[in-house]
Amino acid sequence: MRARIRTLTDGAATGLAVLSTVLVVAPLVAIFIYLIYKGASSLSWAFFTEVPKPVGETGGGMANAIAGSAILLGLASLIGVPVGISGGIFLAEYGRGTKLANAIRFTADVLNGVPSIVMGIAAYSLVVVPQGHFSAFSGGVALGIMMIPTVCRTTEEMLLMVPNAVREAALALGVPNWRSVLAITVRTASPGIITGCMLAFARVAGETAPLIFTAFGNVGWSGKLSEPIAALPLQIYVYALSPYDDWHRLAWAGALVLIVLIVFAVSLVRYVTSRGVLKGAS
Amino acid sequence: MNALVPEIRISQVQLQPEPDSSGGGKPAEAGAVESSAIRAFLLSRGNSAIADRGFQWLMVASALSIFGIVVLIAFELVVRSQLAWSKFGFGFFFSAYVDSYTRLPMYWDPVNGHFSALPFLYGTLVSSFLALLIAVPLAIGLAVFLTEMCPRALRGPLAFITELLAAIPSVIYGLWAVFVLVPLLREHTNPWLIRLLGWTGFFGDDNPTGLGFVAAGVILAVMILPIISSLTREVMSAVPISQREAVLALGATRWEMIRMGVLRNARIGIVGAVILGLGRALGETMAVTMVIGNSPEIHRSLLANGSTMASVIANEFAEASGDLHLSALMEIGLALFAVTIVVNAFARLLVWAVTRGAPAQAH
Repeated sequence: MRARIRTLTDGAATGLAVLSTVLVVAPLVAIFIYLIYKGASSLSWAFFTEVPKPVGETGGGMANAIAGSAILLGLASLIGVPVGISGGIFLAEYGRGTKLANAIRFTADVLNGVPSIVMGIAAYSLVVVPQGHFSAFSGGVALGIMMIPTVCRTTEEMLLMVPNAVREAALALGVPNWRSVLAITVRTASPGIITGCMLAFARVAGETAPLIFTAFGNVGWSGKLSEPIAALPLQIYVYALSPYDDWHRLAWAGALVLIVLIVFAVSLVRYVTSRGVLKGAS
Repeated sequence: MNALVPEIRISQVQLQPEPDSSGGGKPAEAGAVESSAIRAFLLSRGNSAIADRGFQWLMVASALSIFGIVVLIAFELVVRSQLAWSKFGFGFFFSAYVDSYTRLPMYWDPVNGHFSALPFLYGTLVSSFLALLIAVPLAIGLAVFLTEMCPRALRGPLAFITELLAAIPSVIYGLWAVFVLVPLLREHTNPWLIRLLGWTGFFGDDNPTGLGFVAAGVILAVMILPIISSLTREVMSAVPISQREAVLALGATRWEMIRMGVLRNARIGIVGAVILGLGRALGETMAVTMVIGNSPEIHRSLLANGSTMASVIANEFAEASGDLHLSALMEIGLALFAVTIVVNAFARLLVWAVTRGAPAQAH
């Protein structure tokens, strides 16, 4: 009798686990299918080349938003990637095992969990208030400081995978330490570091909250970095909440473009890391 | 800085002249005598000490920038919320101005300058806990399935799908929620909830839009699921296989093995994973802003419109009317910052304690 209860409990638990898996996978599949269905029908050449038309006129696209996102991400990478990689180099090469490095690693992890809107407030205080206006530069700063902790941690993890023999060989040949770190260790781990940067890039590409009051959005092309600039996720947000069907259509198409980009980046990262990062070391 | 990276000072190496050098009569001097191409090459290299020091300090400065970012954010938030802090004090978070005519509390009144964060605290807590209620059983079930029960061939694709769930931007979740989830709730789920559970008082029928805490809770649950699930999987695989084998050797069924051998040992880490998910839910902005209805009021009904700390900042920051309004929003941002830092730090400590210092995944 007891054995029967135990067997039944085992079966019930297995069933519940399978059910929860299905319940988790189902929304994702539903989102993807719906996104492709709704977005693909409104994707056209015009989407990538035209700016949004005034309300009431059909057509138009999100060319300014796509270009704006590219500019913002370029700015963010300019800020985030060098500082992040340097921080990772410190954690792995110069500070390995020290209390300072542990504290920095912990702080980077905690900083990753801070809401992106708080980063936006910080960029607002730092850049928008002194300048007196919204700008693409402030958006880039907001996204850049979001990239730093992520890039730092992944760089550190990749550098830790480089075997010590490589470092020792370089030092034994009399290579100056700074050069050994840069040209030997970092170069060996560079596929992994690049994938780490891509991961941070993909994460930051979809961020909207920090851009609401830094880059602010733009209905047309922006001329200088000191002007407000459109961004793809920001445009999707504004259009999704609008009452116009045409804009909803554009929002779906934009969402499809964004998600294709991110899925591509994530798949690429997975492919590179599964293939083995350190071909150069062996 | 440590023994791993010794500095090489070539010029300080004293080289002795060889007794039978081909050059013959060169007197030995205080410096070095060149007698081979390698020595000549090494001696001609300058001292790399300056470049090494400079590079090292550059790396240290970059790493310290992470501390700098935290300090900078905290400083800016504290300074700019001074106005609201000096006007309202601690009462900003738990008391509200009561309108003398209607006898109702006016929580957020930019026109008359009465600001209270109470509805946003309430909204954040309710939506986050609702999300946890839905997400935690599902996430643990998914983790258990993937770690213990899944056929090996399915494991890769399912893990990839969960990773994709984590990578989708929240604005796309919000887009889907507004056009698919909210109508679904409005037409089918909410009437059913009202009919079945309306007697509890938590499911009122005065908000027929489908927006509200239930919608926000569901979409938040979908968003925090991958984090909780992947951390739970990491913690479960950190349980040594000897524990599993011991329980099986005593005659346990598979579920009993999971329950006693794995989940019991991993429960601290699972709590840490759940708290990390809570931390993410507390700060989630875009998807919540799009479905929660954005009303700065407190209602008992879970189907009512509401507002969270992050959503009010997203909605009102760009158009804040006046310094006090902006300062009040900054103070809400400060509270959000402090709470998420504490929650995340606590959760990371828990997960670290279980996985014993293996680098935590940066999500």
